[in-house]
Amino acid sequence: MDHPSRVRGVVTVIPERCKECEFCVHYCPKEVLEISPTYNAKGYRPVRVKEARKDECIACRFCQDVCPEFAIFVEETGK
Amino acid sequence: MSSEKGAALTGSHFMLGDQACAEGAIYAGCRFFAGYPITPATEIAERMAERLPPIGGQYIQMEDEIGSIAAVLGASVAGVRAMTATSGPGFSLMQENLGLGFMMEVPAVIVNVQRGGPSTGLPTSVGQQDMMQARFGSHGDYAAIAYSPSSPQEAFELTIQAFSTAERLRTPVLVMMDEVVGHMRERVVIPEEGKRTILSRRLPSIPPSEYRPYRVDDDLVPEMALAGGGYSVRMTSLTHDELGRAVTDTATQAVLLPRLLRKVSEHREVYEQYELRHTKDAEVMVVAYGITGRSATGAVEEARAQGIRAGLFRPKTVWPFPAEAFLRATRTVRRVVVAEVNMGQVVLEVERLVAGRCPVVRVTSPGGEVLSPELILGAINPERTPKVRR
Amino acid sequence: MTPPADEHTIRTPEAEHAPPHHHPLDSVLRSEVLPHIWCPGCGIGVALGAFLQGLDRAGIPIDKRVIVGGIGCSSRVVYYARADAYHTTHGRAIPFATGIKLANPALHVTVFAGDGDTFAIGGNHFIHAARRNMDLLVVCINNFNYGMTGGQSGPTTPHDAKTTTTPSGNFEFPFNLPQLAAAVGAVYVARWTTLDVRRLRDCFTEAAGKQGFRFVEVLAPCPVSFGKNNDIGSGLDEMDYYRGLEHVWGAPGEHPNRIEVRETGDLSGTDISLHRPIIVGKFVDRARPTFLDNYKAAAAAAKGKQR
Repeated sequence: MDHPSRVRGVVTVIPERCKECEFCVHYCPKEVLEISPTYNAKGYRPVRVKEARKDECIACRFCQDVCPEFAIFVEETGK
Repeated sequence: MSSEKGAALTGSHFMLGDQACAEGAIYAGCRFFAGYPITPATEIAERMAERLPPIGGQYIQMEDEIGSIAAVLGASVAGVRAMTATSGPGFSLMQENLGLGFMMEVPAVIVNVQRGGPSTGLPTSVGQQDMMQARFGSHGDYAAIAYSPSSPQEAFELTIQAFSTAERLRTPVLVMMDEVVGHMRERVVIPEEGKRTILSRRLPSIPPSEYRPYRVDDDLVPEMALAGGGYSVRMTSLTHDELGRAVTDTATQAVLLPRLLRKVSEHREVYEQYELRHTKDAEVMVVAYGITGRSATGAVEEARAQGIRAGLFRPKTVWPFPAEAFLRATRTVRRVVVAEVNMGQVVLEVERLVAGRCPVVRVTSPGGEVLSPELILGAINPERTPKVRR
Repeated sequence: MTPPADEHTIRTPEAEHAPPHHHPLDSVLRSEVLPHIWCPGCGIGVALGAFLQGLDRAGIPIDKRVIVGGIGCSSRVVYYARADAYHTTHGRAIPFATGIKLANPALHVTVFAGDGDTFAIGGNHFIHAARRNMDLLVVCINNFNYGMTGGQSGPTTPHDAKTTTTPSGNFEFPFNLPQLAAAVGAVYVARWTTLDVRRLRDCFTEAAGKQGFRFVEVLAPCPVSFGKNNDIGSGLDEMDYYRGLEHVWGAPGEHPNRIEVRETGDLSGTDISLHRPIIVGKFVDRARPTFLDNYKAAAAAAKGKQR
C-alpha cells in the first residue's frame, strides 16, 4: 500500500531578530527547535533547529505564525 | 475627493464675518471641515455644512474639538485642505494636537472666534483673550502663525492667506477672529476664482526609494508625501530624523526643533502682514488688531483731526509679531499705546520690543465690549483729549 | 534562498532590495529596522504578523494601506508595517484616521492601538466612530495595562489584578470590549488571543475585506509589565494561560482559566475575569450603511431638492 506523501519543511531562523521568547520551541508539535548556546548582538540566544530532528518538521508553520519577531519561517519541501 | 469648479461665490455679499471666513476657506480650496458647535464660531460650521457637500467636500461634526482637530490633520495628510473653527474653550482642547500638527508638519487652518473668558466666561460677547494662548498654548517650543482680521472682508481674505501659508510652510495656521468680527455683517466682495495667489504644498519630486519625509534644502520645508501616494510615508509625533523614524535623542532634537522654528521665522515673506496708518511722522503709535483695529483707526483719525501726530500699527499677523516693521515704524515715537480686549497680552510683546525706550500705555479690558475710540484717544494723549466717556 | 511560493504574499519592487533573509512578510514590513522594540514574549509582534497576513490575503495593496497609531507599545506597529503610517497623539488615532479615510475613501485605514489608548483617553472617539459606522478597522491589543509607561491599571485591567497603580489588586471592573463595540454599532466584532494565530489571521482577512466600523480585540502577553506584576513568569507562561494550563492564575483547585471559543456570537459572559474562562470568537458580523454611504446619499438628496 502506498503511503501518502508526507509534507516536510525546512526551517530558517533569522538569529539577529530572535529574542529567545521560546514560543516556537514550546509550541512546535514535532519538537524540532531548541535554544542555541551562542548569543546574538542583542544578548539573546537564538533558536535553532535540533540537528537530530531536522527532518521531522512537518511544515505546520506554527512557529512562523506565532513568532513575534518575524525571526523564523518555514518552506515546504514535499518529500 | 472631487472638487467642483465654480465653488467660489463670486460677487458682492452682505454677510457675517463667520460666513466670510467659511467662504474664504472654500475659495482657498478647503474641502474638509471637522468641527463642533461653539458660540460664536458655530456659523462657520453651519456654513460649511451647507456649502461643502454640493461641491464634493466633506463636512463632519465630530464628538468634540479634540476629534475635530485630529480629523483635520488626518484629512490634510491625505491631501485635502482642511479647517476647523472654535472659540476659547474648544481652542484649549485643541492645543495638544496643534502641537502634533506642528511636529508632523501638517498644513491646516484653525479658526478661533474669541469670546470673553476665562473658562465659559462670556460666550456671546467679544474678547481677544486667547492671543498668548495662540502663541504658547501647546506644550513645548513651537512657532505659531496667527492672523487677525478686523472685518468680514478681512476674515475672507486672511482665511485665504492662512491656507496659502499653511500649505507653503506645512504647518497649522491660526485665524484669531473675535466675536464682533465674527458676528457682524458687512459687505464682502468675493472675486472670481483664480484672482488670489494661493500656494500649495510641494509633493515629492523623487521616487519612493529616494524619498526622505523630512529631508530639506535651504527652503527648510520638506516635500510632503500623501497617504495613498505610494510612498509608505511615516510621520510621527515623536522627535524624528529625516526618514521619519522616531529617534528620541538630544542630537536628533538639536537638528529637528531649530529647523521647525526657523522654517517659520525665516519665511516672513510668506505670511507677514500689517497695516500702517499715519505712521511716517507719528509721535504716538497705537498698536491694535482684530476688532480693536477698527476702534483704533477711529481714535487715530480723531487724534489727527485734533492735531496730534498719532499713527496706527495694525498687525494682520499677530504671531510671529512683525517686530522689524514695528521697530522701524516706532523708531522716533514718544509713546506707544496698545489696545486690546484682554488684560494685557500682545502688549507684553510690544513692551519687550520697545524695551523701555518710551512709555507703553495699555488700554485693557476684562472683555465683553469693544473698546471705544474715545477710550483709545484718551490713552493717546490724556491731556489734550476730552474726558473719557464710559 | 528564494522566498516560498506563497500566493498570499504581496510582492513589491522593494522586496528585491530587501535584506537577504526574505521572511515571507519582509516585503510588507520595514524589515530594515527589525528587531523591533517590543519585549521578548510580548504579543504585539504576533498580532502584527497575523494582521499583515490578513491584509495580504484580503488583497489590500501596500499603496492603499494606512495605519494610524496613538501612543503606547501597540501603536508602535506604525514603525514596522510597510504602509502610510502615522504615530499620532494618545487616544486620538481614531479621529485622525477618520480624516484620512474621508479625504481619500479608496484607502484601507486601520487603527492599531492598545487598551488604554483606545478605551480610556480614546473612548469617546471609539464610540462615535462606531456609531457613525466610519469605515475603519480598529485593532486593540489588550494586554490589560499601560505597558509602555511601566504597567499601570487601565480600563481593561481585570478585577483583582495587580498593577503599579493597583498594588493591592484592582478594585475596579474592566470594560467588556466586545459588548461595548457591539452596543455602539460596530459591524464586525471579534476577540482572539495571540495564541490563536490562525484564527486571528483569518479574522483579519475577514475584517479587512469588510466595510464599516470593524473591531478586533487581541489579548496579548505583556510579560515585563502586566506579567511581572501578576507573577506570570514570562510571555510563554501567559500564552500557556490562554491555552488553559492551571498554574498561572486562580487559587489551587479553582476552575482552570482557559480560552473558550464561542461559535454562536452570543455576548453573554464575555467579560474578562481572572477566575473564569476567557470567551473568544467572532461576535458580530453584520452590514449597515457606512458614514460615507449616508453622507453621499444625503448630499445627493439635498442637491435633488435644489433643482
